[in-house]
Amino acid sequence: MTTAANTYTDFGPSPAAAHAGYDVQRVRRDFPILAQKVHGKPLVYLDNAATTQKPQQVLDAIIRYYSEENSNVHRGVHLLSERATEAYERARGVAQRFLNAARPEEIIFVRGTTEAINLVAQTYGRHNVAAGDEIIITAMEHHSNIVPWQMLCQEKGARLRVVPINDRGDLILEEYEKLLGPKTRLVALGHVSNALGTINPVRRIVELAHQQGVPVLVDGAQAAPRLKVDVRELDADFYAFSGHKIYGPTGIGVLYGKTSLLDAMPPYQGGGDMISSVTFEKTLYNKLPHKFEAGTPHMEGAIGLGAALEYVSRLGIENITAHEQEVLAYATEQVSAVPGVRLIGTAREKTGVLSFVLEPIHPHDIGTILDQEGIAIRTGHHCAQPVMQRFGVPATARASFGLYNTREEVDALVRGLNKVREVFA
Amino acid sequence: MADLRDLYQEVILEHSKQPRNYRELGDANHQAEGYNPLCGDHFTVYLKMDGEKIQDVSFQGSGCAISKASASMMTQSVKGKTLAEAEKIFERFHKLVTGAGHNGDQEELGKLAVFSGVSEFPVRVKCATLAWHTLHAALQGKQETISTE
Repeated sequence: MTTAANTYTDFGPSPAAAHAGYDVQRVRRDFPILAQKVHGKPLVYLDNAATTQKPQQVLDAIIRYYSEENSNVHRGVHLLSERATEAYERARGVAQRFLNAARPEEIIFVRGTTEAINLVAQTYGRHNVAAGDEIIITAMEHHSNIVPWQMLCQEKGARLRVVPINDRGDLILEEYEKLLGPKTRLVALGHVSNALGTINPVRRIVELAHQQGVPVLVDGAQAAPRLKVDVRELDADFYAFSGHKIYGPTGIGVLYGKTSLLDAMPPYQGGGDMISSVTFEKTLYNKLPHKFEAGTPHMEGAIGLGAALEYVSRLGIENITAHEQEVLAYATEQVSAVPGVRLIGTAREKTGVLSFVLEPIHPHDIGTILDQEGIAIRTGHHCAQPVMQRFGVPATARASFGLYNTREEVDALVRGLNKVREVFA
Repeated sequence: MADLRDLYQEVILEHSKQPRNYRELGDANHQAEGYNPLCGDHFTVYLKMDGEKIQDVSFQGSGCAISKASASMMTQSVKGKTLAEAEKIFERFHKLVTGAGHNGDQEELGKLAVFSGVSEFPVRVKCATLAWHTLHAALQGKQETISTE
C-alpha cells in the first residue's frame, strides 16, 4: 500500500508537517461508495462542493439509531425516548464544539444552509429591516445567499447592495467599506465561494461591520468541510453550514447564532417542540434552541451529522485542509497546463474548488465525456449565475475536492480532459 | 455501455463548429427565445413565414455541441416546410432522442437520425430538443422565453 507520505514525496516540496501522517488510501476505505466503477471505470468523484460521500462511521450511526434508539425526542418518559433525546442533544454538543460556539443552545438544527439563511431573513430580517434600509451581500454568493435577502428587501422596501469582486475573484474590500453605512442592517457573505473557491477574509469583514454595529451572517457551506471554523474567533453573529457537504446526511444543517440575537428573534415556524405552553389565547415559546425547531426534528440527520463531525475532527480539520490544499495546488498546476484551459477564480486564498473553461468546448460536453471516463464533475452555473455573468461565461466545469481525493485522481481528470480535446479535435 | 461516438458523431461535431443559418433574420416575422437554465444554453430562433410555409429560418445563441448542432440541422430540415410538416418532424425527432421512436421514424428523419445516440444519454435530451421547443414556440407565435425546466 502506498502511504500518503510516499505519494507526496513523488511531487515537489514535502507536505506540511501537519498532515505528514494523513493516509488518504486508508481514509478512502472508510467510504464504501468510492470502491465502485462507473461506466466500467473506477469512480473519480470530484463533485464534493455539490455534495460529499459518507463514511461507514456515519452510515453505522444512522443504522444504530434506528436499530437501538429510535423514538420521538423531548417528550416521552420511556427509555427509548430518553435515548433518542440524548443522542440528538449529544449531536448538538458535537456541533457546538466543532464551531467552538459558547453554548449548545446556540446550535439550531435546520434542513441545511439554505434553510438557515431563510430562517435568519424571515426572523431577524423581518424584525429589523425596514424601508430604506440596506443589506450587503457579495458578487460571489450562491443563489441561496441572494434570493432570501432579495425577498426580504422586496417585502420591506429595503435595498440589496453587492460588494464587487476583481478579475481574480477576490472581494474588493475598499468597495465593501464604502457600502457599509448607517443604513446597513446586515452583512451576509460566503466564507468560501462554491463557484470560485475564494476564501473571504471573514474576520476582517466582521470587524468592519461591527464597527458600525452591523451583524454578519456567514454562509459556511463550503468552508466548514475544509477549514477550521471558530465562530468566536471570527466573531460571526450567524454561521450556517450543511450536513451533506461535510460527509453527513442530507436534510440536516446547522445555524449558529449568538444567544443575544437568537433570544431577541421571533420564532421561525410554529408547531410542536417550539412552545412551552399553548392556549387558544396565547402561546409561550420554548427556550433556545427549541424555539427554532418546530415539529419532530430530523433526528437521524442530526445524529448522522454528529458522527460526520466527529469523523472529520478525528482526522483533524487542519490535516484535511493541508491535504486538500496539496491536491488543489497539484490540480491547478496540471489542469492549467491542458491546452485551452482557462481558470475561473484565481483568488490569492483559495480552497477546494477548481472552476475552468476549455474553450470553445461547452462545459456540458466536458461533463458528459468525463462521466464516460468515470469522472464526476459539476458543469453549469453552480447556482451562482451572477458569478458566471461577472466572468462572461455561460457556465464552467468545476472539479471540487474532498478529504479522500488523490493526486492520481487529478491525473485521471487531466487524461479525461485530453480525451475531451480529442473528441472535439 | 453507451458509446461517446454514438453521441458525438462527426456530423454533429461539424455542425457544432460551423452551425448553418447562424444569423439574425432581418425580416423575420416570428421569433422565440429558448433557455435551458440547467446548463445556460440560450438560443433565439427566427422565422420568416409565408402563410403556412417556413420561407426562411435561422438561429443565434450559445450552447453545448449537442444543442448547437441540433439547432443548425433543424434549420436545414424545416426550411421550406409547412408549419404542420415542421411540427411532425419535431414529433418524430422527439421520439428519436427519447428512445421512443420506431425504425421507420429514423428513415423519415433523414440526416436528423444522427441524434439517435442522444437516447443513451438522458440528461442530454434537453440539449437536443431546446431549439425544437423554441421553434415550436416561434411557430405558435409565443413571445415569452421558453424554458426546458
